[in-house]
Order: sequence, then structure tokens, then C-alpha cells
Amino acid sequence: MSRLRFWFLLPARLWLLLLFAFPLAIVCAYSLLERGTYGGVELPWTLENYQRLFDPLYGVIFLRSFVLALAATAICLVLAFPLALFISRAGPRKTLYLHLVILPFWTSFLVRTYAWLFLLRDTGLINTLLQKMKLISQPLPLLYNDGAVLLGLVYGFLPFMVLPLYATLERLDPALLEAAADLGARPWTAFFRVIVPLAGPGIWAGSALVFIPCLGAYLTPDLLGGGKTVMIGNLVQNQFTTARDWPFGAAASLALMALAAGLLAVFMRSRSREFL
Amino acid sequence: MIAVLELRDLQQHYPGHRALNGVSLQIPQGRFYSLLGPSGCGKTTTLRLIAGFEQPTSGEVWLGGVCVNGRPPYERNVSTVFQSYALFPHMTVEGNVAFGLRQQGAAHQAASVTRILDLMELRGKEKRYPSELSGGERQRVALARSLVLAPQLLLLDEPLAALDPKLRKQMRHELKELQRRVGITFLFVTHDQEEALAMSDSIAVMNQGRIEQVGSPEDVYLRPATRFVAGFLGAVNWIDGIGLRPEITGIARQAPADVISRAATVVHSTFLGNCIQVMARLDSGEQAVAELARGNGAFQTGEAVHLYWKPADEMRFP
Repeated sequence: MSRLRFWFLLPARLWLLLLFAFPLAIVCAYSLLERGTYGGVELPWTLENYQRLFDPLYGVIFLRSFVLALAATAICLVLAFPLALFISRAGPRKTLYLHLVILPFWTSFLVRTYAWLFLLRDTGLINTLLQKMKLISQPLPLLYNDGAVLLGLVYGFLPFMVLPLYATLERLDPALLEAAADLGARPWTAFFRVIVPLAGPGIWAGSALVFIPCLGAYLTPDLLGGGKTVMIGNLVQNQFTTARDWPFGAAASLALMALAAGLLAVFMRSRSREFL
Repeated sequence: MIAVLELRDLQQHYPGHRALNGVSLQIPQGRFYSLLGPSGCGKTTTLRLIAGFEQPTSGEVWLGGVCVNGRPPYERNVSTVFQSYALFPHMTVEGNVAFGLRQQGAAHQAASVTRILDLMELRGKEKRYPSELSGGERQRVALARSLVLAPQLLLLDEPLAALDPKLRKQMRHELKELQRRVGITFLFVTHDQEEALAMSDSIAVMNQGRIEQVGSPEDVYLRPATRFVAGFLGAVNWIDGIGLRPEITGIARQAPADVISRAATVVHSTFLGNCIQVMARLDSGEQAVAELARGNGAFQTGEAVHLYWKPADEMRFP
């Protein structure tokens, strides 16, 4: 039995060791070294890379990432809640609607983000139409700003909010809402005092699933931010490519991981305090 | 006097199914009133129309002399005890009981909650969550949550169904006693005829979306208006189109005088502890059951006997 366990667990262990623990160890080591003249890393050991992270220049990037991720999570929550509630009550059409929610996953995220480029750019669909309709004379600055990045993040991660919310709302006993109305609660009161608290686990799960990847987002700010809206992911990428500063890139990516792990720990703790 | 509740020709049609086919009913103040019928007869639909969870296809619901058609549940002064109790799992006992009072913005909420928790013997459980309560306690919380609002009418949707059989019998008495103490009109929905007979002042027997008979427990059991009511409220022997309850059907080797009797042959005899049931076949081929007190002698299969009854005990239907 224990022999069987060993062999069954081996692939997962090897996977984690080779593709997670080992690379992570390399990143940790790199973050404590100095940059080589032509890229790469050199001795001696140093903590200087971490000190640089506290430079206001980078602080702004961390703050922007945090704010954008938080805003994207909040917008996703507000958009996803009514949608998830609607789907959970849709009866036999539930399956159809759920498939529609996950349909975008069938296309590459890169392609879908490019599609936004075609919609939002100065000669894109929206600006062209508005100009043809004589509503504007100059194209609106829809692309390469924080707003465009936020839009891209919300668009990309909305399904990750809808699905866990749906899962909790679907299990909600409809009799609880009838009971609330029966006891005199108007629909909005019932919503905030019964539905929202009971959807708590779904709200936390969805928020974690949206917030953490948004914090480390790289593709969306790169394409829709056009290098003007830099997030942590872009910073890391820059250090490894253009700037050829691998140690600092490693330190930045570890800082991102620590931030995400810390926030996840907070999420988990607040979940463990729930009544269920 | 104005009825607490009046239903006028309620119809409720769903696609491909008529749940209610013209239900009219008047419930006077302060009664323990039961709506009795088999599952699917429309009794729960009736309750949902009264509470306002659904709107009728046609017909009217009047509460305290006011037509409440179109009014949402939160604007009707009735309260429901759900079959599943539907307690809010994220609120304590106290939170559940105070929920309705808070919606009303009632004064002296804490005192009202304490009083009702006392009445329902729930003191000491204020801070418990529903998941930490027994089935009986959950039911009492559901009752407390509704009764604290002092509704005109309390609707109870098979509230005993979720309890184990022993507790269920005990709760019959307690529920009846509670109704007497608080003086609120109870409309109790059940498919259990024994429950309805034991607890109610009046019973409305429903079948296939209609009310078949309204009356006291004695009325509906002893003087059923239809064959359905007779059969639903208890066992019936059908002899020549006349209904007879087994407990008033006599059996003897020699028929006594001054009774109606029929010759029959014993099919089998069953010992039930508190009584003995003898099934006999009449010469006409009809089968009938007689219930005897224990110790009234045994009957053997194949024995020639007489079944007899008093004319006054016959249940006749057109």
C-alpha cells in the first residue's frame, strides 16, 4: 500500500520539485546576487536588490498594481454578482448560460486582448463609428492608459468571479428568500442581509481568484497599457529582458509572490472565521 | 364578524397543470384550522398564495377584510413556518427571531425577543447557530421567529414532517397548546389525517385542487361528505355502496338482534397489539375488516361469521 502511494505521488512530487521548488530556489539565489555585465548574475551576495524595491520609482508601480487589481476585483464582483444570481435562478437554461460564461476560454487570451486593441485604438471600431456619426471630431484616448488596462483586466478575469459566486448562490435555499420576504424584508434588504452573507465563501474565493492574477498581470498592461501603465509583471519582464538586471527582476518577482501569498493568507483567515 | 382569512374562488394554473380549481374558504379568528389532503392536492399552493409567494391565476385572497391580491409577502401581516424551517444559517437564534422585528423597526425589540424565547423554552440558546440546534429546537426557533411578529395568521407548512415520529406526536399537543395560549389563528397544512384530527378546531379536506369538505374533526371523520373524504380520513369497509369504519363493524358467529348483518367467511386475522383485525369476505365477494378488542375471542381462517353494524353508523354517499 505505502509502496503504491509512493509511485502514485512520484509524478506530482517530481513536477513540484523540478518545475516549482527548483526554479524558485534559483530565483531566490539570483535575487541575492549582483548583475553581470552582459546579463546573468555574479557574486558577491548582497541585499541591495531588495533595498532598491523601496525606491519610490518602484513603489509607484507596486501601488498602481495593487490599486488596479483591487479596482478590477471590485468591478468584477459588482458585475458578476447579478449575473451569477441570474444564472443560479435560470432553471433549465443554467447549463447554457454557464457555457456562455466559459466560452471565451476557448480562444487564446492573447488573441482576445488583441481584439480589444482593434476596438479601442484611435482608428479602431469605436472611435471610427463615433467620428462617422459626427459625435466627436478627435479620436478619444481609449487606449494606453490605466482605464484601458482596468477594462482588460475586468474583461479577462470576470469568469473567475462568476463561477465561484454561481457555485455558492446555486446552493442557496430559495425558501430562505421567501422567509426573508415573509418576515417583512424588502428585496434589497433580503439581498444584503441574506443573499450576500450566505454568498460569502463565493465572494472570497472569486475575489482571490481575480485579485491575485490581476496583481501579477503582465500581458494586459503590456498590450493595452502600451508601456505607459506599468504593473509589477511588466517590471519583472523588463528587468529580465531590456534592462538585463536579472537579480533585481528576481527580487521584484519574489516581492510580488510574497505580496500575493500574504493577501491569500488574509483571505484564508477571514474564510476560516465563517459560520459554515 | 370579519374572517381572518377569506379565499374567493382561487384558481392557480401552471403550464399543463391546474393546481387549484376554485378554492373558497373562510377562517374565523382564533382557530386552529387544518388544510388536509394528499400530496399534490394543492394545499401548499394555497398556502403560498396566502403568503404572497405566488399570485393566483384568478380569484381573491382577503386578509382581515382587505383584498391583498398583488401585495408582496412583506406587505402581508401573515407569517409562515416552512417545512424546512428556512432558518437563516448565518444568524444566531436571537438574530433569526429579531429579523422580522428589525424590518418593522419595532420598539422594545430585545424585550419582545426575550419574551418569545421564554415562551418557546429557548432561553440559553440565544447565541447558538441553527446548525447547533436539534430538530425540535429548530422548529421552535421557526415558530418564535414568526410568532414574535404577532401576525394575523400563522401559516404552517407540514412543520412536523421533519421531526422523528415520537417527537412529532409530542409536538401535536404542544403546538395546539401554543395556539391556545397566543390566540393567533393557525392555518396548518398536513397530509397526515391523524395529525389534523388530533389538533384542529376545523379541517378543510382538499383533493385535486378543490375543497371537498369543511368541518370539525368529528364532522369529517364521522360524517364525510364524499367518498374521498371518508377514505382519506380513515379505513372504510365498502358494503353494498355503504361506508363503514372498521372499529364500528362488528363480527360474531351469531348476529345480534336489532342490527344489520351479512354472512361472511374469515380470510385472516391479524394481531396488532392493541386490537385484532379480522378480514372477512362477504358472500357478495366484497372484503371488510372488523376491529376487535383484544380478548374478544379469536377467529379462524375459513370460519363462517356474521358482520354487523348499527344503521346510524352507516356513511352514505349520493
